[in-house]
Amino acid sequence: MLRLDKVNKYYRVGTHSLHALRDVDIEIADGEFVAIMGASGSGKSTLLNILGILDDYDSGEYRLGDTLIRNLSERKAANYRNRFIGFVFQSFNLLPFKTALENIALPLYYQGVTRRKRNQIAAQYLERVGLRDWADHTPSEMSGGQKQRVAIARALISKPRLILADEPTGALDSETSRQIMDLLSEINAAGITILVVTHDSEVAARTRRMIRLKDGLVVSPHDAGASHPQLARQPQTAAES
Amino acid sequence: MFSLDRWMEVFDTIRRNKLRTALTAISVAWGIFLLVVLLGLGNGLNNGLRYTFRREATNGIWITANKTSLAHSGYDVGRRLVFDNRDYDRARDVQGIDHISSQYFIRGGQFGGGEMLTRRGTKAGLFQINAVRPETIYLVQNEIIAGRFLNESDLADKRKSVVVGRPVVDYLFAPSEPPIGQWIIVAGVPFEIVGVFTDPMGDEQARQLYIPLSTAQIAFHGVDHINSLSFTVGDANAQQAKAITDQVIAGLAERHKFSPDDKQAVRVHNNVEAYERFSKIFLIISIFVVFIGCITLLAGVVGISNIMMIAVKERTKEIGVRKALGATPASIILMITQEAVFLTSIAGLLGLAGGVALLAAIESAAVTEMIRNPAIHIGSGVAAAVFLILAGALAGFFPARAAARVNPIHTLRDE
Repeated sequence: MLRLDKVNKYYRVGTHSLHALRDVDIEIADGEFVAIMGASGSGKSTLLNILGILDDYDSGEYRLGDTLIRNLSERKAANYRNRFIGFVFQSFNLLPFKTALENIALPLYYQGVTRRKRNQIAAQYLERVGLRDWADHTPSEMSGGQKQRVAIARALISKPRLILADEPTGALDSETSRQIMDLLSEINAAGITILVVTHDSEVAARTRRMIRLKDGLVVSPHDAGASHPQLARQPQTAAES
Repeated sequence: MFSLDRWMEVFDTIRRNKLRTALTAISVAWGIFLLVVLLGLGNGLNNGLRYTFRREATNGIWITANKTSLAHSGYDVGRRLVFDNRDYDRARDVQGIDHISSQYFIRGGQFGGGEMLTRRGTKAGLFQINAVRPETIYLVQNEIIAGRFLNESDLADKRKSVVVGRPVVDYLFAPSEPPIGQWIIVAGVPFEIVGVFTDPMGDEQARQLYIPLSTAQIAFHGVDHINSLSFTVGDANAQQAKAITDQVIAGLAERHKFSPDDKQAVRVHNNVEAYERFSKIFLIISIFVVFIGCITLLAGVVGISNIMMIAVKERTKEIGVRKALGATPASIILMITQEAVFLTSIAGLLGLAGGVALLAAIESAAVTEMIRNPAIHIGSGVAAAVFLILAGALAGFFPARAAARVNPIHTLRDE
């Protein structure tokens, strides 16, 4: 369903060139549940950008389904993002002035679905994540776990093939984290491919496969674990919006 | 490109960000308000100036005989000067003069003939008598409301014709009586009313009578004397008007043997100079007002840009979210620009209305004679509003475009 072939990405910082991704080969099949781990600066962010069609790469090939993702216009990239990919973030990134229902409905706004229709659909997804009674609440009235459920519902509403979850439990306590991972597992069980970027080995353990990045290279799991024993202890930011 | 859904989105954002909305709106409304008031007051000053000069032709010049103050050609100082009809004939040939009239001061007074008894039947009153030529109509702003002003036949035939001010008519006649063709006694001499006039300065200024110069010279022992010449100079500027005046005075000085440099020998009342001097002052004031208006507008634009910049900055995360969810850069720019334009339009209109309301209040309160009809041309008001709205659009557009380019992951990650 998703395939990276010798993908390279450079960042030019002044006169220097930073080789952010080196010949990255990743293949993920339909319905997989994969964790991407790595320290800060390992290229996770870059990889996430490329997978999420938010940034271009310099060489190699990225195929999403049958579509080659390269040098897309902003418009086309936005369109693909909207249709193929659902994002889940550490700090939820819900729009604070919109209700839970409106937040969930937002991707459909960009598909041109009418207000009434998209609110109808959003209500279904809200129910699916167990927040039927919270439709008219704004994010500030909800707990972290609830917000993340809303964010997941929002990621699901456009029926994406792929969900990119960036530290989805980073701002949550362990019990809520467990629930959110349960929800993601459930979604994965329904056939949606999920990619979780995380520091947390417990979260990674809930997935079925782990990809480790180190200095822009994909390394084998035991390799990376040995050279980066501090990974699991990496402090996590608890910044909240 | 109308999209109800996008408008809903815009209204939603505006409604739920009240402080930001209020700040932007106030900044725009205030800018327009000040501009409108300033431009309006500037116009008011200009109108006030025109009003002040409305009684006399702004291109009129009056030269009145007086006493010499310099010894000249063997004459001592203090000689009282009197001109005559030949001076008029000579002055008429001076190049640049449009219309020229002359006046005889019946009792030799400095200004006009003074007030003399005018009588009709048992009613009598004191009114100022002006013995003039028909051309005087070009020098005063009197409006003939019935009959006519004096004409060349009156002058040539030395007719006993009189043109009277409306207050005089009101005084001497009953409201139902038509005054034209009626006879009244002016300083003991009967005259026939041929016209009635009003004065824009009000009734007090119309308590006057005009009789033909030639008739007055005979009836009141004037021989061929005149005391003042008055003429208009077309659209000559102050410098040209001065040259024309000097030429006329030189002619008078030559005939009556006084020094052309004698400032006391003739009194000159030069409206061209006065008007131009005032015009200059008011032009400077106008420029100043427009300058301040532009600065205000600029400040408004800077204010809007600032607020928009901050607003967009504040919304970077929102924009990031929208982008991640599939918003195209165009849709983001459009959303923010539309919001900016909508806000500035409404606020601009409010400011415009507020400014116009204040101007109307100033006008109705009639604070001072200096300011009359302080109004703005609808064009300049609309232009200013359009300018601000455009500025608002640009102020929204550039930060929006920058924000739309931002990579969402950078704004949305918490690392």
